[in-house]
Amino acid sequence: MPKIKMPKSNPSLDMTPMVDLAFLLVTFFMLTASSKVSEPVVIDSPSSTSDKLLPQNVIMVTVDEKGKAYYNINNYDVRIKTLEKMGAQYKVDFTNKEKEEFAKMTSFGVPIETLKQYLNMEESERSKVKSPGIPLDSLHNQLGDWIQFGRIEAAKQARTQKEKAESLGREFKYEPIRFAIRADGQANYISVKDVIKVFTDKDIYRFNLITDLEKGDE
Amino acid sequence: MAEVNTGDGGGHGKHDKKRAKKSSTKIDMTPMVDLAFLLLTFFILTSTFSKPKAMEINFPAKAEDESKNQKVKNAITFIMTKDNGIYYYNGEFYPPNNKDGAPPTTLIKTDFSKDGLHKLLLDRYKPTLEAITVLEEKYKRKEIADTTLKRLVNLEKGSKEALTVLIKADDKAIYKNVIDLIDELNVCLVGKYAVVDVMPTELELLNATNK
Repeated sequence: MPKIKMPKSNPSLDMTPMVDLAFLLVTFFMLTASSKVSEPVVIDSPSSTSDKLLPQNVIMVTVDEKGKAYYNINNYDVRIKTLEKMGAQYKVDFTNKEKEEFAKMTSFGVPIETLKQYLNMEESERSKVKSPGIPLDSLHNQLGDWIQFGRIEAAKQARTQKEKAESLGREFKYEPIRFAIRADGQANYISVKDVIKVFTDKDIYRFNLITDLEKGDE
Repeated sequence: MAEVNTGDGGGHGKHDKKRAKKSSTKIDMTPMVDLAFLLLTFFILTSTFSKPKAMEINFPAKAEDESKNQKVKNAITFIMTKDNGIYYYNGEFYPPNNKDGAPPTTLIKTDFSKDGLHKLLLDRYKPTLEAITVLEEKYKRKEIADTTLKRLVNLEKGSKEALTVLIKADDKAIYKNVIDLIDELNVCLVGKYAVVDVMPTELELLNATNK
C-alpha cells in the first residue's frame, strides 16, 4: 500500500505583520493617550451635541450629585500662588511640601480649614475621604475667593509671560482664563445655580458648561 | 516555538564538516510580541478617549432686568420641575386677576422627546428657520459669500421678531434637564435664550398645575 504523505507544515508562523500592527497601535496609543486623572468624585456629565473642545486655560468648578462644589485650576504655578493667597486670607500657613502637593492635585472639595490635613494625606487615603465640598454660602464664600484669587494670579502670570516674551522679541499669544462648570446630570439645578451665582457676583457671566458628546442618534 | 535551525539537520556527508554553520536569520519574536501587546493593553486601558466637550453660555448680568423690563413680543417660557417635567407658556405671564384684564396664563405640559420639545420649538421658530433656509440656498447658488451668510443668519437669529426663549427651573429640577433644553435650542438654531430665575407667581401656578 502506498503511503499517503501529508505535506509537512511548519508550525511556526510568520509573526512580522502582527508585530508591525501591534507596535503601530502601541505608538498610536502612546501618542494620543492622555492619562486618566484621579478625581475626588465621579461625575456623570449630561450629554449634548456640542463639539466644542474645552479650553486649556480654565478655572473649573465641579458640582457633584449631592450639590457639593469642587475647585480646580489648571496651571501649576498659578495653583501655588492661589494657595498662598488663600492661606494669607484665611490665616493658614502651608509648607512648601504642601504647596507642591496641592499643585499636583486635581479638583478638591474641602474647606480651607481642613485643606492642610487633606494635603498631608497619602493619595490613596485621600480618595477614601468624603469631601464636604467647598463652602459657598454668603458668610463663608470660600469658593468665591478661590475663583477671585485664581483669576488674579492667572492674569498676573499671563502678564509676566507677556513681558518675558516681549523682552525676547517674541510674539505672545494671550489666552484669557475661562470658567467652566462641570456638574453631574442628576445634580439639583439649584446647587448649580448657587455656583453660577458665585460667578456672577464676581462679574463673570460667560461659562463653559462641560458635557459629554451625545451617543447615538436621538 | 523556539526554532533552532541547525542548517540541514546534521551532517550527512564528509564535505559538510568543512562548511561554516549556517546561522538562522529568524529570531524568536515571541517575547517582543508579548511586550508589545502588554504595552498595547496598558495604553488602551489608561487612555481616555472622550475629551470633555463644552458649550458656552452667557448668563444675564442681572436676572431681574431680564424678566421685568424687557418686553418681548415673541417669547416662550419653559419651566422645569421634578421628574423630568417641563411646562411652557407663550408670551407674557399673566397672574389671575391681573390689572391688564388678560386671561390668566396656563401652563402646558410637554416632554423631552422628539415629538414634544423638538417639534414645538421647530414650530414656534419656523419663520426664522425658513429665513435661514432661504439664506443658505442663496449661499449654495453662490449669490452671497460665506461671511455674509454668517452675518445674515446671526442677524436673523437676533432680530426682534425671532423667538426668545426663557429657561426657568424650580428647586426640584435637575441639571441634566436644563442642559437638554439648552442643547435642543442649539440644535434648533435658536439664538435668543436666557436662563433666568423663576418668579414666585409662576411657582404658584406650577404647583397648582403639577398636582
